[in-house]
Amino acid sequence: MAVVTARPPVRRSHPGAARRAVGRNLTAYGFLCGALICFAFFSWYPMIREVVLSFQQTNFVDPPRWVGLENFRTVFADPAFRSAWLNTAAFSGLALIVGYAIPFVLAVVLNELRHAKAYLRFVVYLPVMLPPAVGVLLFKWFYDPGAGLFNQVLDVFHLPPLSWLDSTSTALISLVIVSTWMNLGTGTLIYLAALQSIPGDLYESAELDGAGLFRRVWHVTVPQTKLILLVMLLLQVVATMQVFIEPYLLTGGGPENATVTVAYLMYQYAFNFGDFGGGGALGLMLMVVLMVFSAIYLRVSRDNQN
Amino acid sequence: MTTTLNPPPLLEATAPPVTPKRPRRRRNGGRGSVTRTLVSPLSLRSWHGKLIYWTVLVLVVVSFTLAFVFPLYWMVTGALKSPDELAQIPPSFFPKDVDFGVYAEAWNQLQLGVFLKNTALYAGGAWLLTLAVDVSAAYALSKLRPMFGKLILGLMLATLMIPPMVLLLPTYLVAKDVPIFHFDLLNTPWAIWLPAAANGFFIFLLKRFFDSIPRELLEAAEIDGASPLRILWSIVLPVSRPILGVVSILSVVTVWKDFVWPLLVLPETDKMPISVGIASLSAQMPQNVLIAALVIASLPAIAVFFVFQRSIMAGLTAGSLKG
Repeated sequence: MAVVTARPPVRRSHPGAARRAVGRNLTAYGFLCGALICFAFFSWYPMIREVVLSFQQTNFVDPPRWVGLENFRTVFADPAFRSAWLNTAAFSGLALIVGYAIPFVLAVVLNELRHAKAYLRFVVYLPVMLPPAVGVLLFKWFYDPGAGLFNQVLDVFHLPPLSWLDSTSTALISLVIVSTWMNLGTGTLIYLAALQSIPGDLYESAELDGAGLFRRVWHVTVPQTKLILLVMLLLQVVATMQVFIEPYLLTGGGPENATVTVAYLMYQYAFNFGDFGGGGALGLMLMVVLMVFSAIYLRVSRDNQN
Repeated sequence: MTTTLNPPPLLEATAPPVTPKRPRRRRNGGRGSVTRTLVSPLSLRSWHGKLIYWTVLVLVVVSFTLAFVFPLYWMVTGALKSPDELAQIPPSFFPKDVDFGVYAEAWNQLQLGVFLKNTALYAGGAWLLTLAVDVSAAYALSKLRPMFGKLILGLMLATLMIPPMVLLLPTYLVAKDVPIFHFDLLNTPWAIWLPAAANGFFIFLLKRFFDSIPRELLEAAEIDGASPLRILWSIVLPVSRPILGVVSILSVVTVWKDFVWPLLVLPETDKMPISVGIASLSAQMPQNVLIAALVIASLPAIAVFFVFQRSIMAGLTAGSLKG
């Protein structure tokens, strides 16, 4: 029996076996070294650095200086700080209401259709394939208050034009619309795949028991896809709370901080104000919040594996 | 690094599932010829049921087309309109005089050729490096089983818990001045390639797949004197084609779609990938030229989607939904 595939424990009485075990480990680490280097520099070390960064002042000229909680005090005192958190929460909340319910309804409807399925699946996933920058810039043009597509459409129905990105009341929802348009396809297709694994006799017996269409959705479809629904909820929260590209390209956080998000403010601190410490402090706060959701997500998906 | 919603690392990952196809409706329409869904086949056969079914179908097709195809139509034709026609109210549905010159103008003015070449370089290099690094790591963890292998895998999976956006600043600092080596990776492709290779999800997918390759196969090769590298190359890789396809497409698409990371690490205009390039030059361009540039930037993505539709959708649900 070859040693490479023998499971531990390696017997110590054979010196040859021990030497071969060392050789096997050396070979294995040879295969692993590329990944270890990449992870060490671009995943593991940055995690530590993030924590350190938020307690330091870094200006790239002098060596970094420890400042304790001063970075946190700076960002707390910033009037944009409160707006950023509120906007991020509002963005996630709105994106969840729109971007979470709609794909599920679409998937349920799609699953009933027997024609044009390939077309519909293709079309709904098309925006997901576009580079986000393209989608966002496209919508920037649609939102144009003058000749923009959306106001033209409103005009066709004799509705007054909206100022979309330029008004504090509509700017955030405009960002949610772009983001939903770009990401709807992912959820729809994942739900669709989940729906296809529901055994048909469940619906049949529910129907025999006199359950109408909506009761069948509520008592069969939803419980059967409960896990996917939960997992997608957590993933959506984590994804939407990192929103950056929409405010960066569409509004610059304006008008009057109405679309500043935490990730965007973090970027601004580091690259506009040159304050990496303040940015780091914001990043650390966001990390703590998102890790809670990630941890629940991992817990949920692991529990289901067993 | 990406901040978009990644295809989620859901539950068990084994072989990439092919979306189950519902058996086609048969003419004789006997019971059980169609997989039962929410609506019973019986009620669909009634006059009433057929009416509702076709109404819903038409509604869905029309609204999907309006929501997802019409914006793209508007983009492609918008680029063909003259600046005057673009600003006109009400807008024209078909461009008046079609002039493809604007695409050429966009190509030249925005140096789209350079941007596309850069994007291809970043995506291609990231793809090769990701495969090389992640496949060998997964192989080591799955088949060579070194000491601390479980711990290493755990640490790699733990990185999936930390969203990339929150590590943006420290990772940028690393790229600017790599610890120990003191390389400055800014404006070099390595700033894209190396972080892309550190992907815990890919390693997880690959390891799961490698775990399912029968041990006997590898033992036989080993008795014949094949080295671990040889076994990886001649036995493991050929049978892993489906998962390699999924990982390849996911890794290319991720780099292609990424925005914020290249925005930071590739500040020189000549080094930018296409989405960053267009965004950074968008303010100075006439509207129709910018829209033409958007069309050109989306073409490769749509072409890739046309060709690899099946694998992309398989990748989307990779390893999920078995429970």
